[in-house]
Amino acid sequence: MKVSRRTFLSIGSFIVGGAAGTALSPLPWKLTDDLSIWTQNWPWTPKPERGDVSYVNSVCTLCPGGCGLSVRKVNDRAVKIEGMKGHPVNDGGICILGLSGLQLLYGPTRVKTPLKRVGERGQGKFKKISWDEALAEAAEKLGALRAEGKSHTVACISGSAGGTVPQLLKRLLTAYGSPNFMSVPTMQDAYAVTLKQMHGIDACPGFDVENADFVLSFGSGIIEGWGSPVRMFKANSAWQDKKIKVVQIESNKSNTAAKAAKWIPARPGSEGVLALGIAHVMLRDGLYKKEACDGAAGFEDFKKWVADNYAPENIAAATGIQKETVESLAKEFAAAASPIALCGRGQGRTPGSQYEFMAVHALNMLAGNINKAGGVQIIPEPKYIAWTEPELDEIAQKGTASPRIDGAGSETYPHAKSLLNRLPQAILTAEGASPVQALLISEANPCYTLSDTQAVKKAFAKIPFVVSFSSYMDESAQNADIILPNHACLERLEDVPTFAGLSKPVIGLSKPVIKPQFDTKHTGDAVIALAKALGDKIAAAFPWESYEACLKETLGDKWEILNEKCFVAAEENIEAPLQFFTQECKTVSAEGDEKQYPFVLMPYDSIRLANGFIGNTPFLTKTVPDTVLKKNEMLVAVNPKSACGDSLSLKEGRSVMLTTPKGSAKVRVHLSEEIMPGVIAVPRGLGHTAYDKYLAGKGVNCNELIGPAEDAGSGLDAVWGIRAKLSNVSI
Amino acid sequence: MSTSVDQKKEVSTEVGDGAGGFAILFFLLGLVASLIVGWVAFPKLLYSQKNQPIDFNHELHIGLVDEGCESCHFFREDGTYSGVPKLEQCIGCHEEVQGQSKDEAVFVEQYVKPGREVPWFIYAKQPECVFFSHVAHVKAGGMDCVTCHGHIGESSSLKVYEENRITGYSRDIWGKNISGIKTNTYDRMKMDDCSECHVKKGVNQSSVQTGKGACFVCHK
Ligand code: SF4
Repeated sequence: MKVSRRTFLSIGSFIVGGAAGTALSPLPWKLTDDLSIWTQNWPWTPKPERGDVSYVNSVCTLCPGGCGLSVRKVNDRAVKIEGMKGHPVNDGGICILGLSGLQLLYGPTRVKTPLKRVGERGQGKFKKISWDEALAEAAEKLGALRAEGKSHTVACISGSAGGTVPQLLKRLLTAYGSPNFMSVPTMQDAYAVTLKQMHGIDACPGFDVENADFVLSFGSGIIEGWGSPVRMFKANSAWQDKKIKVVQIESNKSNTAAKAAKWIPARPGSEGVLALGIAHVMLRDGLYKKEACDGAAGFEDFKKWVADNYAPENIAAATGIQKETVESLAKEFAAAASPIALCGRGQGRTPGSQYEFMAVHALNMLAGNINKAGGVQIIPEPKYIAWTEPELDEIAQKGTASPRIDGAGSETYPHAKSLLNRLPQAILTAEGASPVQALLISEANPCYTLSDTQAVKKAFAKIPFVVSFSSYMDESAQNADIILPNHACLERLEDVPTFAGLSKPVIGLSKPVIKPQFDTKHTGDAVIALAKALGDKIAAAFPWESYEACLKETLGDKWEILNEKCFVAAEENIEAPLQFFTQECKTVSAEGDEKQYPFVLMPYDSIRLANGFIGNTPFLTKTVPDTVLKKNEMLVAVNPKSACGDSLSLKEGRSVMLTTPKGSAKVRVHLSEEIMPGVIAVPRGLGHTAYDKYLAGKGVNCNELIGPAEDAGSGLDAVWGIRAKLSNVSI
Repeated sequence: MSTSVDQKKEVSTEVGDGAGGFAILFFLLGLVASLIVGWVAFPKLLYSQKNQPIDFNHELHIGLVDEGCESCHFFREDGTYSGVPKLEQCIGCHEEVQGQSKDEAVFVEQYVKPGREVPWFIYAKQPECVFFSHVAHVKAGGMDCVTCHGHIGESSSLKVYEENRITGYSRDIWGKNISGIKTNTYDRMKMDDCSECHVKKGVNQSSVQTGKGACFVCHK
């Protein structure tokens, strides 16, 4: 049919008129609004049920930060985690990990019942068993080892050393007859050794950053998750508002460096030398607090030693920092009313070089800020856990007297309390049977977090019996023989002593917000049950009916107030005499041959990547930019000016092979001017192989590529990087 | 030459006149039809009309109780709010049928006696994603009921509940006026209406992203 011009025009006009009329009516706007609301009501969109709303206060245990939480519940379900208003650590603030903690609570990665391995180690094949069976089996294995006189071959790795649960585990080992209780080392351990050596006391450092007026940070990721993350974020905002100067010394331009008033890119590993260069200027020009330092033990020797060895012009080659910069930095630091120097690289989750810590602490001593407002507070270790010493039977006496497998406390490492980083090598280099015959792991994931994970896994394979108390199917749980799953965070009652650099530390009480959802058991109860099953003096060392009874008794008169407020103040700071030192400040160098490996690989921390025992929540992973993780591929940051030979050209997004003396991995390149030329910056916290599909298979675990570097002073792991090379991917 | 030019002129005027008129006519037809659809037919189609299970006379009750609205719509001790009263509140007086009304008989027979809650349609029910706390508004903010709910307390019968067929929510949220224009504070209760008042009262205007009221105040 032929459409006449007239018909065509008429239809056209009708349509145009219709469109005009429709636009003049509410229909399109209302329909758009309704359709968008309709999409919120799709049946698969999760929404909380309607019901009684309540709030429960608790304390977060997802990182050492110790933030107070206020959790909103609808009926029996927790629906939102918020920061607790008025809490001394975070006063209503919360980080993205804490905020998304419900995904760990309700996510698919939980271990729901006790499990027993049925496949090969690490295959992840388990069968469900009952609690009675699981505890009986563990007790039987431990009992047998003890009967053979091998009680000292049992070791325990705990996420932290503080709090009643780690202390119950330690007590179990002691009463059983083993000295091998180890905790996962962090910068707190390096600081503890520092304070022991420079004040002669067992103490923890507190940093009164809220009252400091000049902040000199030696690579501390102030807004990367260092210390207690929410508190540091708040402090950083307050500094910006008050125009307080922050100077960041760090080879790469981290977020902290980007926000700092000044960024000084020193050569990685040379931070301690730089600190002593600053000390040199302060001493030379008389800019130190004389009333604090003159007459202090070792001060004159220190002064001479620093004068002889650390003149700014002499350290320029090692640090890459010009003399003038060091001079002006020292003057600014000394001129401030309450300056503070911080160290602990990135989040401070790995200890670092002892001499670097001591050098930086010396700056604080020279500035006279020890135990002063805005300075470093010296706080004794918490004393609220005052159980009577367990009575030891003969086996236990003999067992606990044998040397520790990790060498901590020995002549070589007199100040270290535990040296977990030395454990894998101790097992691998031992002749004959493994010196560890049974291992208990609580709130730790050594198979992921320790440097040189391949070696760690090899060492673990030599341990005949591994028990994990993990709430999640993490890499270490996957390599265990028996899993005795703990209640998750927000399901369990626990004391949370929080130091994390707080100037006024607190003891928090993490209260259960919801009932345990699965057939899990509090690790405290599991330990008591194991002790009871082992019988005799071991059982007698655990007189409590349950963990709750133990905690209640331990906390004594604090119990009630803790239940009400969820926190009480911990110890106050104590007097600390100064002791200077004169050891040579050895820089810890990166492993590997410079010719073969022209680059230096450095892991970096980010608040968007949880890199410890707790892995990323799906929500957290969503916030990771695609210059770090694109789909499942990890990007490493490289400066475009880096020389990498003729055969390889660096292009954004290009796939390359990253090889270090410890291993190699396929990664993509992200070109960034914020990285020092010659450095490859690798995010820490990716590359999980266990947990669930939301976490596993994304990127590469940087710990697989680096090896531990034992610090000559403390024995702790001081690794900050490793030499590396990039090459074409063979197709 | 001149003839052919004239002819052409004629032809073109003829076509022009007729088509132009039609075009305007059809344009107007289209305009009017779509305006009718948009303003009249669409709202009729969009909402389904539902009667409440039984009628309720606020005016009558308010005369009989001691504490005004709070007699039935009260705060529980923990600060939560009894928005729609439960049977428990009615039972005191309505164990037996009161008065002559048919609805009263139905209420007592079908709900009170078997102990079944009345499935009221809630005019003011906000979407699932909205966190609303009465105590924050009434006690802390000092607002009265009328600001949001209008003069329902003075009505003698419940109006028809109009349910949006697409969203499933009450028409009162968007407002009776389909164009979304309001004259009273209680005419509509969309997000803009909440935030208008939040901005005025300075409720937690701390969102870094939007510079407005923080989203988390209502979207928890
Ligand atoms: S900073 Fe640490 S303790 Fe605080 S909320 Fe985040 S994860 Fe929890």
